[in-house]
Amino acid sequence: MIEQLDELYRDVILDHFKNPHRKGELPNAQIKAEGANPLCGDELTFYLTLADGKIGHARFTGKGCAISQASASMLAEQLEGKTVKEVARLIETMKKLMRGEAPDESVDLGDLESLAGVRKFPVRVKCAALAWNIVEQGLQNGVRM
Amino acid sequence: MLDTTRIRRDFPILSRTMHGKPLVYLDNAATTQKPRQVIDALVNYYSRYNANIHRGLYALAEEATAAYEAVREQTAQFIGAPSARGVVFTRNATEGINLMANAWGRSNLRAGDEILLTEMEHHSNLVPWQLIASATGATLKFMPVTDDGRLDLTVLPKLLSPRTKVVSVTLMSNVLGTIVPVQEIAEAAHRYRALVVIDGAQGVPHLPVNVQQLGCDVLVFSAHKMLGPTGVGVVWAREELLESMDPFLGGGEMISDVQWTSSTWNEVPWKFEAGTPNIAGVIAFGEALTYLSRLGMEQVRAHEIALTAYALKRLSSLDRIAVYGPRDAAARGAAVSFNLEGLHPHDVGTVLDMEGVAIRAGHHCAKPLMRRLGVAATARASFYLYNTQDEVDQLVDALGVARKFFDRPRAASSVREKVRP
Repeated sequence: MIEQLDELYRDVILDHFKNPHRKGELPNAQIKAEGANPLCGDELTFYLTLADGKIGHARFTGKGCAISQASASMLAEQLEGKTVKEVARLIETMKKLMRGEAPDESVDLGDLESLAGVRKFPVRVKCAALAWNIVEQGLQNGVRM
Repeated sequence: MLDTTRIRRDFPILSRTMHGKPLVYLDNAATTQKPRQVIDALVNYYSRYNANIHRGLYALAEEATAAYEAVREQTAQFIGAPSARGVVFTRNATEGINLMANAWGRSNLRAGDEILLTEMEHHSNLVPWQLIASATGATLKFMPVTDDGRLDLTVLPKLLSPRTKVVSVTLMSNVLGTIVPVQEIAEAAHRYRALVVIDGAQGVPHLPVNVQQLGCDVLVFSAHKMLGPTGVGVVWAREELLESMDPFLGGGEMISDVQWTSSTWNEVPWKFEAGTPNIAGVIAFGEALTYLSRLGMEQVRAHEIALTAYALKRLSSLDRIAVYGPRDAAARGAAVSFNLEGLHPHDVGTVLDMEGVAIRAGHHCAKPLMRRLGVAATARASFYLYNTQDEVDQLVDALGVARKFFDRPRAASSVREKVRP
């Protein structure tokens, strides 16, 4: 059983959970997007600055389970320097990975790749996806403005 | 203690394994497992006397009607109600509260009236009142919870006034396990002629209950939390109260006569049972009541006190754990909420599942109470008549596994794993 758990809670995930990267607020953020998982109470807020169509800085705050918080930390780390389109592709790739579809090999997932094992725990996919959905919607709303 | 070895043989699901380990089912506050007597009753109804009730002229329909109505009698007896005419079958306890909030609230609440609830209510005894409050202009008030998870009754005299029109409280908290002194609350509320509604979803399955002793006007509960099938709930209300109320849902069965633009209503309780009810479910619920009555609710309660006391003792002995609710097992039901410090209950729940232990993790449909406790979520183990001390030990062992798993030293983050399938 421990092997199965190891597949879900990879070392990288627990490391991001215990020592989150890019945690905090950005007072000058152009985009602030928040969301919660009504079933378990996981909460996340993302702060993004935009410059020349690219994400400058990304920070997040929140509380919740190891999967939701690690996923937010890993995503925040990947966002900086990416165009809005690149972020959309990154998130779509993660969602494909969760659906068991072949992901776009050209997309560099960074540490997010370690979340691949979550797919085998269907009830936990929503924990991993919370950060992705918040950023996806935040950018869609923000870009329209 | 109950003879759990014998009892467990009646529950087919309890011999299942999960992830290669015996199933330890500790989520009884969410729903209980069903004995084969209940499962057989469902099959038997559909195989032998399935027919719509109250309207067929043939013997089959009469058999089904008699079986359905017999459970109404049985339900009345189970809760010490003076007459079966006060027993209305609904889909669940939630629908029961909605029935009261709408059918009673629509014609009895107006702007300035007050609805008194407690801080430990399940969303199902909160949201229906929020809806009727916003429709009528009534306002909501709350009896506070103490830090040790009991209801603070000292402020009750200040909260009650002639404006208080209804007091709706849980008999037992689904998060803290706290048993609420509803008798005392009902007496105080009745001095102001307020209606007293008891949410018995957690209480009725676990405590001997007599509505006349409780002194309430209304008691709602759900069959599926007390060995019965899903899709059956009960509203018991004083007969004259039901008589005075308008219907909740309109349709077949609930009418006396129907004209193009108006109708008159059937007698109570059928006035509140629009459409074809869950006939099979109600009949199978009768078997659940028979099962509980045969064991005796006093014995069920004694079994759960012993089990809860043991669980509280074992859980409290763990390092870095917070256990919520009253410490005295005799003052509480068999739902125990806790948190392992530094670990989110969902992560704990996932490890426990791998160990075969099924618990609930989350806000338990009581978000305002969670905020009051200052936690986002808790883990909750809840017991029933088939659970054993061995299973409490397995829960504690599995929590040890979870603690060890998450405490284990990890490789540094510089070690990147290649995991793409």
